[in-house]
Amino acid sequence: MKVNTGDVNAASRTKQMSNLIYKYMRPEHLPQIWCPGCGNGIIMRDVAQAIENLGLSRNQTVIVSGIGCSSRAAGYMDFNTIHTTHGRAIAFATGIKLANPELEVIVIAGDGDISAIGGNHLIHAARRNIGLTVVVMNNSTYGMTGGQYSPTTPTNAYGTTAPYGNLDRSFDIAGLAYGAGASYAARGSAYHVQQTIGLIQDGIRNKGFSIIDVASICPTYYGRKNKKGDAVEMMKWQRDHGVTVEQAAKMDPEQLKDKLVIGLLHHAQYPEFTYKYDMLIKKLAEEREANE
Amino acid sequence: MDQVVLMQGNEACVEGAIAAGMRLFAGYPITPSTEIAELSAYRLPQVGGKFIQMEDEIASIACAIGGSVAGVKSMTATSGPGFSLKQENLGYACLAEIPLVVVDVQRMGPSTGMPTSPSQGDVMMARWGTHGDHPIIVISPSSVTEAYYQTIRAFNLSERYRTPVIFLMDEIIGHLREGMQMKEAEDITIVNRPTVQFPDPKRKPYHMNEKKGQMVPQMAPFGCGQRYNITGLIHDESGFPTNSTEEAEKLMYRLMHKISDNYKDIVRYEQVNMDDADVAIVCYGGTMRAAQTAMEMARAKGVRCGIFRPVTIWPFPERELTAALGGLKKIVVAEHNCGQIVLEVERLTRGACPVAFVGKYNGAVITPQEILQKVEEA
Repeated sequence: MKVNTGDVNAASRTKQMSNLIYKYMRPEHLPQIWCPGCGNGIIMRDVAQAIENLGLSRNQTVIVSGIGCSSRAAGYMDFNTIHTTHGRAIAFATGIKLANPELEVIVIAGDGDISAIGGNHLIHAARRNIGLTVVVMNNSTYGMTGGQYSPTTPTNAYGTTAPYGNLDRSFDIAGLAYGAGASYAARGSAYHVQQTIGLIQDGIRNKGFSIIDVASICPTYYGRKNKKGDAVEMMKWQRDHGVTVEQAAKMDPEQLKDKLVIGLLHHAQYPEFTYKYDMLIKKLAEEREANE
Repeated sequence: MDQVVLMQGNEACVEGAIAAGMRLFAGYPITPSTEIAELSAYRLPQVGGKFIQMEDEIASIACAIGGSVAGVKSMTATSGPGFSLKQENLGYACLAEIPLVVVDVQRMGPSTGMPTSPSQGDVMMARWGTHGDHPIIVISPSSVTEAYYQTIRAFNLSERYRTPVIFLMDEIIGHLREGMQMKEAEDITIVNRPTVQFPDPKRKPYHMNEKKGQMVPQMAPFGCGQRYNITGLIHDESGFPTNSTEEAEKLMYRLMHKISDNYKDIVRYEQVNMDDADVAIVCYGGTMRAAQTAMEMARAKGVRCGIFRPVTIWPFPERELTAALGGLKKIVVAEHNCGQIVLEVERLTRGACPVAFVGKYNGAVITPQEILQKVEEA
C-alpha cells in the first residue's frame, strides 16, 4: 500500500503522533470508541495538528460538537469542550463566540448532524459570517445509529433505511455553506492528511465562517452495506479518486462523476459578525460620550 | 428616590434582565413576546451587551446556553410554539447546569392557536415539557412592576442554582402598560453564579464539597484556563459521560434536591386577606387582576374572601397552601386554561376542602364576575 509519508520516517512519525496525543488529547479517555478503520480518528488528529501548527492556546480554544460518531471528538480533546444536542453545535458555538470573540471556536460535526437536523444553523452561520471553523467528518451515513442514509449518501447507495438504494440526491456540504455566504470553504479527505491539515489551518486563520468538509470513511456501515471493501480498500478509493481543485477545473462533468475534489473551493473577505457587533458597541459608546 | 415610570410588561422584563446583568439575548420573532427581542436589540449594545436574532427558536436557546457557558448572563424569549421547540435544549441546560432565563409569554394554543389572545396553557409544559425527570424553577408575574423585579429574581435564582429559570408571563401582563415603581440600582440585589477562583484543568468541574453541604458546583467560564468537558449525557463529577447507575442516581438526586432543598429561597407567593378568609381564590399571573376585583366585590357583599397567589409556580408553594387550608370552606382556582394548576391544588387539598374551578380557554379574559359567581356558589 502506498502511503503518503513524505520524507518523514516511521519512527519520527510515531513520536510526532504521541506528542500530539499528550499535548492535545485526554489520554485517560482514549482509546476512542470509533470502529477499527474509521476515518474520524485521522480527522481529529488533523485538527490537533492544525492547532499545533498555528500555535493556538489550549485555554483559548473551544471545541463544540453535536451528536453522532463525530461528536465524541470533543471529549477526547483537551480544550474547552462542549458536547451539545443533535444538530445544534453551530448554534451553541455562535453563543460562545458572541459572548467572547477572543475564543477560537471550532465545531466538529458529522454530515447528518450538520446538514440534516442542523442544516438551518449551518446556512445561517455561513450567511452571518461569524468566526467559527466547522470541520465536518463526512462519512455519508448515520454511523452511531447503525447506517441509515444521510444527506450525503450518494443516490442509489444502500443504507439500513435505503434497502432498495437511496432515492434522494446528495448534498455538497462545502458548496452549500459557500452558497450561503461562508467566507472560506474547502474539502479534504481522511486519506489526504497533509492537504487537509493545511485546509483546516487556513480555515481557522480565516476571520469569518469557515467550513472544511472532510470525507471520512465508515467501513462498518457504509462500506459493508455498499460492498466497498475494508478500511484499507476505502482509503485506496479516496487516494485513487481524489483530484485537486486545479485538476478538476480541467475535467468535464463526466470525468468528475466519481471523483473526490480536494482543496480550497472558495475564499473571500467579508466582515466578521462579532467584529461588526463590537464596532457597533464602540460607536454607541462614543456617541453617548459626545452627547454628555 | 424611587421613581414611577410607564412601562409595558415585556419592556419591564428586558429592563429587569439588564439590571440583573443580562448581556446576551438570542431570540426569534414571535407574538406576543416580540417586544422583548426588539427592546433587547435596542438596549443591549448601549450597555456593552449583544443581541442576536437567530434563525429559529431552537438556535435561540442554544445560542443563549453558549453565551452562558462563556460566562455571560443570557436570556431568550418566546411564546407557546417557540417554547415547544426549545424544550430539548432546556433539558440540556438542566442537566449540564447552565444558568439561563427562558421567557415564555403565553398565548392561546395548541399549535398556532390565537397568537394575540391571552392564555395560561403552558403551565404544565413549563414544568414537564422537556423529556426526562428534571428540576425547574418557574416564575409568573402579575404586574409590570413584578415583571421587572421577578425577572431580576429569575436571573439570580438561575445563577445561584446553575439551572434554567422559566419566566412564565402571559399576554395580559406582557402587553399591559401601567405605572411601575423603580428602585435605585443600589437597592437591587444581584447574584452571580458560583465561579471557580483558581482555574485548574485537573480540577473536577462537577466536584462538590458534600461535607459542607454544597449542592451547586462552581462554574468556570470557557477561556478562563480551566479546560473541561460539558455534555448532555449523564456524567460523573469529572464532566465525562458514564453508564454507572450509581453515578446516574447521584447526579439526578443532586439536580432535583438542589432545587427542592432550597424551597424557602425559591418559593414566593402572595396572600391577600387570607387571615379571616372562608373562601380563597387561587390564581397567578394576569388572572390576579380579575381576582383582585372579584375579592373586593365579594367582601362588599359580606363574603370573607382572600387570594392565594403563587409567584413561583414551580416548585408550587405547597407548604403555604396546605397551611392555609385549615380555615377554608372553599377554594376557587381561576386560570386561563382547561385546568392545570387546579390539578396541583386538588392534589394538595386531598379532598379536605372543596375546589371549584374557573377556566377560560377561548382567548377571552376571565372577568371578575365569573370568579365572583364561583365564590358565591354554595
